[in-house]
Amino acid sequence: MAQPATAIDVDEIARIIDAHTYLEGPLLPMLHALQEAFGYIPEQAHAPICYALNITRAELHGVITFYHDFREKPAGRHVLKICRAEACQSVGAAAMADALLAKLGLDWHGTTANGAVTIEPVYCLGLCACAPAAMVDDRVVGRVDAAKLDKLLAEAGA
Amino acid sequence: MKIYVPMDSAAKALGAEDVVAALRAAAPEAQIVRTGSRGMIWLEPLVEVEIDGVRHGFGSTEPSDVAGILDGTSAKALGPVEELDWMKRQTRLTFARVGVVDPLSLADYQAHGGLAGLRRALAMTGQEIVDEVKASGLRGRGGAGFPTGIKWQTVHDAEAPQKYIVCNADEGDSATFADRMVMEGDPFTLIEGMTIAGIGVGATKGYVYLRSEYSDAIAVMTRAVEIARAEGLLGADVLGSGRAFDMEIRKGAGAYVCGEETSLLNSLEGKRGVVRAKPPLPALEGFLGRPTVVNNVISLATVPVIFEKGAQAYADFGLGRSRGTVTLQIAGNVARGGLFETAFGISLGDVVNDLGGGTLSGRPVKAVQVGGPLGAYMPVSKFDTPLGYEEFDAAGGLIGHAGLTVFDDTTDMLGMARFAMEFCAVESCGKCTPCRIGAVRGVETIDRIAQGDADALPLLADLCDTMKDGSLCALGGFTPFPVMSAVTHFPDDFARLKEAAE
Repeated sequence: MAQPATAIDVDEIARIIDAHTYLEGPLLPMLHALQEAFGYIPEQAHAPICYALNITRAELHGVITFYHDFREKPAGRHVLKICRAEACQSVGAAAMADALLAKLGLDWHGTTANGAVTIEPVYCLGLCACAPAAMVDDRVVGRVDAAKLDKLLAEAGA
Repeated sequence: MKIYVPMDSAAKALGAEDVVAALRAAAPEAQIVRTGSRGMIWLEPLVEVEIDGVRHGFGSTEPSDVAGILDGTSAKALGPVEELDWMKRQTRLTFARVGVVDPLSLADYQAHGGLAGLRRALAMTGQEIVDEVKASGLRGRGGAGFPTGIKWQTVHDAEAPQKYIVCNADEGDSATFADRMVMEGDPFTLIEGMTIAGIGVGATKGYVYLRSEYSDAIAVMTRAVEIARAEGLLGADVLGSGRAFDMEIRKGAGAYVCGEETSLLNSLEGKRGVVRAKPPLPALEGFLGRPTVVNNVISLATVPVIFEKGAQAYADFGLGRSRGTVTLQIAGNVARGGLFETAFGISLGDVVNDLGGGTLSGRPVKAVQVGGPLGAYMPVSKFDTPLGYEEFDAAGGLIGHAGLTVFDDTTDMLGMARFAMEFCAVESCGKCTPCRIGAVRGVETIDRIAQGDADALPLLADLCDTMKDGSLCALGGFTPFPVMSAVTHFPDDFARLKEAAE
């Protein structure tokens, strides 16, 4: 979920943590909700999460860094995910992605200089019969080619 | 006028929303029903117009086709959808309603046979429910093919204050989208299947662990659970039976390995998605240490039809010990990609050439990867292999979840073998050294082969043996399948480069 960095509101953090502590296995839903609100997992949330769930900072760090979804820093205003998996490769996704990254002068996970778009790899969007596939924020796109990518990037302000 | 347009994410990815907007503008009086996808992805967005109770299709539509669709002059007319060859040749049991009904209408669901299975199950004892699943011969459709009834029996027999049903909806394998399609196109069938499982084994709580990449499926499933709860299908008194079952949708966080059941359970508990050693089996010590049924989406979504039509009716389909239907997912470089549900036994070549129509590029097929990123690359010489768990095993492959990725003759198999190792390195949970370190060494070793190092090939084979024998789960254990099948069946791609270097 790409959102601009929001000012960190500690009361909001407390509210989000509180809203999830009753769940069985609350940590992932809590982290998703924090990232939804702030665009990343703010460091200010670490201590209150550990206190609420009775886990160590090392355990929390382990979880945040294990999963590809969780960010410790804000992403660009939009996130463009390009599928790198086999079905997309079979119709030329690798060359297409390489060309795009070269054109933008970015590596995977890089953000354009104007902060508009972060380019991320993804391993399968379930659009394997209409590959190559991509996703801009929550919107899926199939049969992607260089022209479609240019259009998506232009719409995102890259 | 009644018009049906899929809201399946493959249809959306190919422009369904624009077509719907154009239809609304041109025919504001028409009733537009959003459905799942029929599975003919090459025809998406597939618009269907109901004429005298028969749904007529228009394939690969664009907003500019709307006028022709509405006045009946469109060149994209396909005729009645049910009469299309692709539809007529299928045995749609699990997917009977997908593409037909409004996914979020419980009334529509019941009008098409929904809840009949649950109503029958509610009149049975737990043991009778488990016996019915055993008799159907249903095996786990997530890839491993473990008999579902045996797993349920173990949980049924376990004594515990709380048991769980966990649905593995972490469909991360390339060439798989059946789980996604059923969740987006017929979510109540999964809810019904999980409820039957809960009633059968004595579990009152269920979780669907759904990958975060599937935002459309998450939205549909979440809404369907709310509706089911409001309508008394879920809750303290399931359909007035006095028995309790409720469930929650949980979102994954982008870790491929969480499709493995024990790492999924750790993830669900809020831990790193690291694989657990078995035993203890999740059936005895699963979520929060309690007895837990962990089943794939398609396995659970097939349970209602087994109870609706009877175990024997389901078991009558199939081949050998592979009973019932298989949901083929035909993907990659293929002319007609999509989902095709049929009895086990169809040959690989028929799937690729007859159903799929060969490659999209029009070039000859080089290889088909069956079963996702951890499945073997099958050469054309193995095209007579019938789709069945044991038959594929005998041919040196695995059927997995029956996803097939087609590659044409421009594919560099050394590159695909390297990617398999690279993917394993990115996604390894880190628990087993042969997987964590071996995958990195695998990439390096394949790079040496690419540079013409003759000593590296036996080293790669040795490394693959170590990974196979020394990994707890299928990620490290099965990555050797794509790697070694590429080496074995396509030696030229590994040798040609060697000669060039010499």
